[in-house]
Amino acid sequence: MGIPRNWRLRNQRYRLVGSQCPQCQNLFFPPRQVCPHCYNSELSEFVFSGKGSVYSFTVLYQTTPKFEFQIPYIVALIDLNEGPRITAQLTDVDAEEVRIGMPVEMVVRKISEENERGLIHYGYKFRPIAFPESE
Amino acid sequence: MRPVAITGVGQTPVREHWDVGLRELAVQAIWAALEDAADPKVEALFVGNMLSGMMASQEHLAVLIADYAGLRGIEAVKVELACASGAAAFRQAVLAVASGAVRTAVAVGVEKLTERSIHATTEGLASAADADYEAAMGISFVALNALLMRRYMHEYGYQKSDFAPFVQLAHENAQANPNALFHFEVGRDQYEKSRMVADPICLLDSSPVADGAAAVVITAEETRAAGPQIPVWVHACEIGTDTIALDNRKDPLWMKGVEVSTRKALQRASLDHSRIRLFELHDAFSIMSALSLESAGFAEQGQAVRLANEGIFQLTGRLPMATAGGLKARGHPVGATGIYQIVEAVLQFQQRAPQPLQLEGVEYAMTQNIGGSGASVVTTILGRNKP
Ligand SMILES: [Zn+2]
Repeated sequence: MGIPRNWRLRNQRYRLVGSQCPQCQNLFFPPRQVCPHCYNSELSEFVFSGKGSVYSFTVLYQTTPKFEFQIPYIVALIDLNEGPRITAQLTDVDAEEVRIGMPVEMVVRKISEENERGLIHYGYKFRPIAFPESE
Repeated sequence: MRPVAITGVGQTPVREHWDVGLRELAVQAIWAALEDAADPKVEALFVGNMLSGMMASQEHLAVLIADYAGLRGIEAVKVELACASGAAAFRQAVLAVASGAVRTAVAVGVEKLTERSIHATTEGLASAADADYEAAMGISFVALNALLMRRYMHEYGYQKSDFAPFVQLAHENAQANPNALFHFEVGRDQYEKSRMVADPICLLDSSPVADGAAAVVITAEETRAAGPQIPVWVHACEIGTDTIALDNRKDPLWMKGVEVSTRKALQRASLDHSRIRLFELHDAFSIMSALSLESAGFAEQGQAVRLANEGIFQLTGRLPMATAGGLKARGHPVGATGIYQIVEAVLQFQQRAPQPLQLEGVEYAMTQNIGGSGASVVTTILGRNKP
């Protein structure tokens, strides 16, 4: 991933900035320019809390060169508490401990690196919440 | 729009074709199809291909192939729709002929996935997903399907071994297809012991990457040359789409693109499900077969795996699938796959399928080619009689 792209995505990668449609209140991550429900094109910024739960997960044993150093690693679909679902790696947890429905929270970690002199990409991963607050 | 028919088909064996380049592979299939159709005058060429740019540093592919196929000067366009590129090119050819814009067109699907390392191929295939929000997080194409499979098992209470029949039937059928990549049987225990690629998807759940090309000649009825083969009629070819990212779907286990394109195709052909005698679906992974069958309306949600265990989808069953091995065992040269499916269905109508695989009395067949994790779906209905 080139430098402009890495920089352009910083608000999503570090802060989970998505969008909200003021007309129908639907929330989106990643952010959209047009609301797919009511076609409103004036969406506002919405920052997600980073709390959610695991919808599904997988453990990868084969992958692309950029991620090979992490094998085996876990990728999950996470239902954010506000609604949208997001694809991210799980961290600070063993594969055997992961369960569908497990509460997780966002942290910023190293996602990948290009080579010795290349960019290091940081962004969101999710880790289990030790003692989830009851809501 | 006027009725159009397929009057010639051609395919190369699906292999690791290290000694043959993209252009030669495509030309082999095109020439086989043209010969099959008794050398009609071709006015347009539509090339289905996904990764020529990433795998062979070759874009502008259609013109290269037209030139080397001896078709220099004709309209030639590449169509890219990830793994559904082949059927998408077929649809463009059908539209071109049906509209009256051209009399005869060729659709060829061609892909070479063994040009570089398996890493490069994995990276290439991942580009069918959202590059910024899926692939960039370290997800592979297999992993996307693994996320679906785990959730499906969770929702409907299936065990991993329940998926074995999809794999077994594909491998069984492929043994009689000389063009298939794999010619070995898979036992249930072998499936259960297969190496994990992205848990719960194992190696034997995954269609193999390989090289191949397949082509069809499409003509309007009044200009149909008196070719040697029975024409097979195109009753529908319809595309449905969904969000590109899996996580953006409200219910990822319901493939909206499959639902929409199947419904549109059946409507266009004025048919209901019961008339479809053969379903060449996109069995890139066992879970894809299950979700396709359900979203297309051939099984209730959560029931496709149970039906597979009852033998419904075997050659002797009510709705045979993967009759020539499917993506799973014929092999999945991504941009060529959609045309292979159509070629295999055409051969069934013409009594030219390899003997043990030949079905009797097929009146309508459906083929379905899927791009990405279900983001684009091309559903085709072929028939014995003129629409
Ligand atoms: Zn809205």
